[in-house]
Amino acid sequence: MESLTNTIQAVPLNHYILLSTIIFSIGVMGVLLRRNAIVIFMSVELMLNSVNLLLTAFSVYRGDAAGQVFVFFIMALAAAEVAVGLAIIVMIYRNTNSIDINVLNRLKW
Amino acid sequence: MSTFYFIAFLSIFFSILVISAKNPVHSILYLILTFFTFTIHYILLNAQFLAIVNFIVYMGAILVLFLYTLMLINLNKESEPVKPFMVKIAAVFGGGVLAVALVSSLKLIGASEPVVLKDPGLGLVKNLGKVLFNEFLLPFEVSSVLLLSAMVGAVLLATKDPKEPKATI
Repeated sequence: MESLTNTIQAVPLNHYILLSTIIFSIGVMGVLLRRNAIVIFMSVELMLNSVNLLLTAFSVYRGDAAGQVFVFFIMALAAAEVAVGLAIIVMIYRNTNSIDINVLNRLKW
Repeated sequence: MSTFYFIAFLSIFFSILVISAKNPVHSILYLILTFFTFTIHYILLNAQFLAIVNFIVYMGAILVLFLYTLMLINLNKESEPVKPFMVKIAAVFGGGVLAVALVSSLKLIGASEPVVLKDPGLGLVKNLGKVLFNEFLLPFEVSSVLLLSAMVGAVLLATKDPKEPKATI
């Protein structure tokens, strides 16, 4: 494990922020791009994970364990959100026979 | 050092495939690969507890939930309409503008110091458990209430209403 962690010694913090930015933007694009509600949920998971990685990198950079505890809480929150959200999607599918989000446009405006 | 860039390339590649795959099942499988690269990132950062929790919670629990839901609701070609081309262009443009804005604001900060592991025991279970149960004891207990309420809510939402005989499943 020591030799493994030596491989990160020269990675600048900026590159972690850059990676997280790119993946967060890909998640935003996925939310805007797709109409399948489940794929939109997966894009939200991508965004949450990019923030998790960034928090971990900051936590290692500062030598503070609180960031990794935050990541733990975000994971618990994501699990709860996915359970409730997928239950809502199943309910919508039962009522409308579709998970196209354009069916839900009564929520618009 | 080059390990990080290789894994970072892989995570960007697979996350692009997640949002561009036509079939939602393929999307989920690519999402599993993306989360696996995130686990490797955590191992490289010596956050071993987070690596294992990421492996178990995301790849084990959440993605199985996604797959079950997707197989439960029986998608076919008609239920997967595509957006018009202009809307796709606008979506990619909007995400690209967000990325460019964030990256250019990052450029203003200038060069950064490398991520050096000062304390090798930082991400281990022993250290994290001490922090979690000393400073974050109340949020930890509140998150248990959150998970319980989410479970009860999911069961209530997904249970079929017995008064409606014309439910279609």
